[in-house]
Amino acid sequence: MIKIVNLYKSFGQNKVLQGVDLTIERGETLVIIGQSGSGKSVLVKHLIGIIKPDRGKIFVDGVEIVNLKEDELHKIRRKFGMLFQGAALFDSMIVAQNVIFGLERYTDYQPGKIQEVVEESLAKVGLKGVENLMPHELSGGMKKRVGLARAIAYWPEIILYDEPSTGIDPIRADAIINLIDRMKKELKVTSVIITHDMTSSYKVADRIAMLYGGKIIEIGTPEEIKRSENQVVQQFIHGQAEGPIENW
Amino acid sequence: MQIWNFTLLNLKMINQSRYSLLFSFFQELGEVGSLVGKTLRNIFRKPWEKNIFIQQLEEVGVRSLPVVSLTAAFGGLVFGLQTYIGFHRFIGHGSEAYGGPIISLGLSKELIPILVGLMVSGRVGSAIAAEIGTMKITEQIDALYSLGADPNRYLVAPRTLACFIMLPCLTLYGDIIGIAAGYFYNVVLMGVNHFIYFENTLLYLEIWDVITGLIKAAFFGIIIAIVGCWQGLKAEGGAEGVGKATTRTVVIASISIIILNFLLSKALPGTLSG
Repeated sequence: MIKIVNLYKSFGQNKVLQGVDLTIERGETLVIIGQSGSGKSVLVKHLIGIIKPDRGKIFVDGVEIVNLKEDELHKIRRKFGMLFQGAALFDSMIVAQNVIFGLERYTDYQPGKIQEVVEESLAKVGLKGVENLMPHELSGGMKKRVGLARAIAYWPEIILYDEPSTGIDPIRADAIINLIDRMKKELKVTSVIITHDMTSSYKVADRIAMLYGGKIIEIGTPEEIKRSENQVVQQFIHGQAEGPIENW
Repeated sequence: MQIWNFTLLNLKMINQSRYSLLFSFFQELGEVGSLVGKTLRNIFRKPWEKNIFIQQLEEVGVRSLPVVSLTAAFGGLVFGLQTYIGFHRFIGHGSEAYGGPIISLGLSKELIPILVGLMVSGRVGSAIAAEIGTMKITEQIDALYSLGADPNRYLVAPRTLACFIMLPCLTLYGDIIGIAAGYFYNVVLMGVNHFIYFENTLLYLEIWDVITGLIKAAFFGIIIAIVGCWQGLKAEGGAEGVGKATTRTVVIASISIIILNFLLSKALPGTLSG
């Protein structure tokens, strides 16, 4: 279980998080929605200690991670896999080396087993025969799927998805959402998904949380979110230009 | 009264900007200090990133050979030329052969380490800043963290160690090329007496002169790698940010090399033979 308590983070004058409280239950799929630049990615990067908060606490399976030393944080990161917004593939390495990267550091698999896992992970995301390609030879959607294969290769308990369906065609996007759903059902992984895509959110989420003004202003099941009386939430989920959220 | 208020306001602003400049100077000094400390710790800690280290040895050393060859050769030629003119003008015909030790000493102690430092900071320092800066803005550094690799251990430590080792090697190689070029200009082109030139060079050039240049080069190597990594890791704002990081790396590293060269020349003993 992940528990975020009263989290604050600013970058210079820009107050991004202003007292976020959030609990993510084991095995659930939580979708975090919010405007672009509202701090969703910043919030998620706090969970693996990439960003340190100005104030507040984060507990992962009961361990407070904010003040952990790098070596201790490393053990906590082992529980997580992350799909980055732009895939963040290492562009000096071929696809197979990208997928292996976490495996080599987090497991003691023999080379034969590693090869097997690479093929298996790529097959899971619908890719075959791309092991020896460089990232620049892949399309945006393929990069995203390799990023996902890299994130799931070492069987993490919690997977963080930063905009998994952005930048790919609707059919591939739906396939990725189905994969996330399958991972949850088959492997019981906890998933935290950042997205603007409400169709995908309703399909895959156990709960949806909306981040606005540096705080979680609403959290509930997809049905509860649809019925929310909060005008900000209604404006966002219906994608309306007019409403309490400032457009620019 | 208005003018007085305006002047006070300006003074206040100047003071504030001075304080913020001073603050950011010490902040950046702290950042570099912390990066150096962390890198030194990681260089001595296992497991080492052997493959990255070997790649960097090739990138910093082998691939810099053409540029070092060219600069050292022309540095040696021009230094040989000016020494020849100097002896010819101030002492007279026939004295040019005594320029041998001056050329060798000047090249190995000062000119070659500086030239190699500046060339490698332009070629390797900028490449380090551009590569790490691009990794930073495309979230590859974040990906390293998420996949259990410490970016300092994976990126900074191997590059720093490679520059620390390869800069003295390149300098020694540059010394040989430069001294040979100085000899070529004086003895082959200008017909200076080979025996006197060679004899004097061997008589007055100490091994310590060469070692002094190599010690300097090792420090320059650390500066190039640390400045490149530091600027790359703090790059932000897309392609423009990477471009600025690259430019700043070359400027900061070059200036630091020139200043440090003087300080080391002053601090290191001129000779070990008393």
